[in-house]
Amino acid sequence: MIRKLHLATSPHLKDEEQTAHIMRELIYTLLPVLAIAVYYFGFAALWVVMSSVLGALLPEWIWKREGLKDGSAILTGLLLGLTLPPGIALWIAFLGGFVSIVVGKLVWGGLGQNVFNPALVGRAFLQSAFPIAITTWNNPGGWTSLYYPSNLAMPFMQSAHADGLTGATPLSIMKFEGQSSDIMHLFLGSTRGSIGETCGIVLVLIGAYLLYKKLINWRIPLSILLTVLVGSSLFYWMGTGFANPLFTLFSGGLMLGTVFMATDPVTSPLAPRGIWIYGIGIGVLVLLIRYFGGLPEGVMYAILLMNAFTPMINRFVKIRTYGHKK
Amino acid sequence: MFTNQSNNTFNHGIHPPENKEETNKLPIRQFPFSPVIILPTAQHLGKPSEIIIREGQEVARGQILANATGYMSVPLHSPVSGRIRKITNVPTISGKMVPGIIIEPFAASGQEVMEGNPVDVNHATPEEILKAIQDAGIVGLGGAAFPTHVKLKVPEGKVCEDLLINGIECEPFLTTDHRVMLEQAEDIFMGIRYLLRATQAKQVIIGIEANKQDAADYLTGLIPEDLPLKVKVVPVKYPQGAEKMLITSILGKEIPSGGLPIDVKVVVVNVATTAEIGRLLPHGRGIQERVITITGPGVSKKGNYRIAIGTPLRFVLEQVGVEDTVSEVYMGGPMMGVAVSNLDISIVKGTSGIVVFTEREAKKDPKVYPCIKCGACVDACPISLNPSKLGILAKYEEYDKMAEQYNLLDCFECGSCSYVCPSHIPLVQYFRLSKTIVRKRIAS
Repeated sequence: MIRKLHLATSPHLKDEEQTAHIMRELIYTLLPVLAIAVYYFGFAALWVVMSSVLGALLPEWIWKREGLKDGSAILTGLLLGLTLPPGIALWIAFLGGFVSIVVGKLVWGGLGQNVFNPALVGRAFLQSAFPIAITTWNNPGGWTSLYYPSNLAMPFMQSAHADGLTGATPLSIMKFEGQSSDIMHLFLGSTRGSIGETCGIVLVLIGAYLLYKKLINWRIPLSILLTVLVGSSLFYWMGTGFANPLFTLFSGGLMLGTVFMATDPVTSPLAPRGIWIYGIGIGVLVLLIRYFGGLPEGVMYAILLMNAFTPMINRFVKIRTYGHKK
Repeated sequence: MFTNQSNNTFNHGIHPPENKEETNKLPIRQFPFSPVIILPTAQHLGKPSEIIIREGQEVARGQILANATGYMSVPLHSPVSGRIRKITNVPTISGKMVPGIIIEPFAASGQEVMEGNPVDVNHATPEEILKAIQDAGIVGLGGAAFPTHVKLKVPEGKVCEDLLINGIECEPFLTTDHRVMLEQAEDIFMGIRYLLRATQAKQVIIGIEANKQDAADYLTGLIPEDLPLKVKVVPVKYPQGAEKMLITSILGKEIPSGGLPIDVKVVVVNVATTAEIGRLLPHGRGIQERVITITGPGVSKKGNYRIAIGTPLRFVLEQVGVEDTVSEVYMGGPMMGVAVSNLDISIVKGTSGIVVFTEREAKKDPKVYPCIKCGACVDACPISLNPSKLGILAKYEEYDKMAEQYNLLDCFECGSCSYVCPSHIPLVQYFRLSKTIVRKRIAS
């Protein structure tokens, strides 16, 4: 009757969650962010994001790595693309994706081994290699615009004409001119900024969905946002020209970084207490850089710095095992 | 900081699909006797029992076939009246051959059970009761098969305040404890009287998961006035049936690492074991049969059966009817049970269930991804180990570090970490291996 018995050690039941599913789900939740970006910035947003995705896939293909199939490279490319200005040259976005995967992930030994968030490694590289291109912010051109001329700049050449279609982001206006912006624009996304960071309301909704699906650890967004809220309220209350707390929360890359990058499980601590340290650290660093540093925005460096501390936090913040001393 | 222990439950744990609906309404039925009974002498933790009968001898149902060999051992009783066909090595689920007895039951015999010396619950001393439990061959029927009298012995200088009766049955698919509670209330209460006298406990709590509310209500309605007994219902969560978790859920206490329940003044006994004590001791009988859930997608006549110890697995599967596509057979539940490699093994005292899967349920994507440090295992581990880190250390064979810095030896192998891992890393399987290696190093 029974021909062949399959042998395995227990447990014989398995939850259906799979790493590849998690990656896919995160990719799907990023698509609305991309859609809203196309609505504001036109198809340039799509071309930039596609370029960085292709750049991220290339090294996985060259070295035949798993990232081609498990979705992690697409996710990294997508995240990087969303942190870039819509008018950036496509070849720069492509190069950024390539560097993200090679320097951000593969040199560490592949998925799960890296210390720094790969997309942010790529962005940090672009920030230092192309400081002008990555801080040239185009005006939202509307969904009918097919591309910005600067998208098509050739490698190692700057686009020749200053086209008058660019300007400062709300954060730099705040930083350098002390002017706040209309919060409504920050909620809805109709401001200058990186492709995926401008529409606060969509990012909050997606964050809520990810929390509900337990795809991100609730402690991370809570600790970061609470720290920024409390910190910025304190400064605002002391009242010497600091931005109001709502502006601080919804301007720049804070929401995008909080929901999608700080929550990267690979580069954030494991133990609950460690996560609080990590999140509070990011919040404090964001405020320090924005309020007292030379740059208008500090989310990327705040996350990267706390990524660097993660292995140490994991080492020192132990989980108390059942039956051991408190 | 964020580990506040709410009452009624323990930290972490998982919720695998319960799959109990198909058998939890089916009353316990007597299983037919098989034409041959195979009894290994190593059915319990501890020393195997020593055979005292000869080949060719006729034995009566309930007669002792093998004596206990010391304190950490129990005797073996004949589950049938019949003739000893052979005394030889027989297979066990671990793959090891052990000395055993093969019996041919008499056909058409009434299978009367021999009476022994009854133990009077009102006058026996604790020692007499422990001796009677050992003589009845009783071991933990929840699956561990640890000799019950050893567990009940309160060491010199310690006291037992709370007696916990474990009716949690957190393994998916299994419904034996559920049915025993619904059908053997009197046996359970009688068993509790013996246990109370043996342990001198002040109160008794029966712990039951919320998916067996009917059993909890039924027992609560019948509590005899002479018993300091409560029934407590706790939310469903695996692995609540583990002693450590049960004690935390019911009493809010924690057993110190490496310790026993008695270190926090608790003794835990499985509810089916309790019922068996209450059924056997008043008659001075030995254990000859037990209740088993036979279920799983591959079985046609699913149910809860009272089966003679020693019934060959092959006979059991033939009787209940299994599909041709059977690919996996487990003894015990699917979370901690053991996969069967040989159908010629037999039902033993510790067998709580037989679960049969077909090719359809076999794991489909065994591909292992790298650990993405998602922390799902950390949030699942009921004793708050760090399975993610332990898994990485196991891969690099850092066994000593696992034990010294990451409390490997506290792991009781519930499998929650492997169950949740999205990267399909065989965590508990690594830990089992690592524990064996560490124990060997410590021993040598």
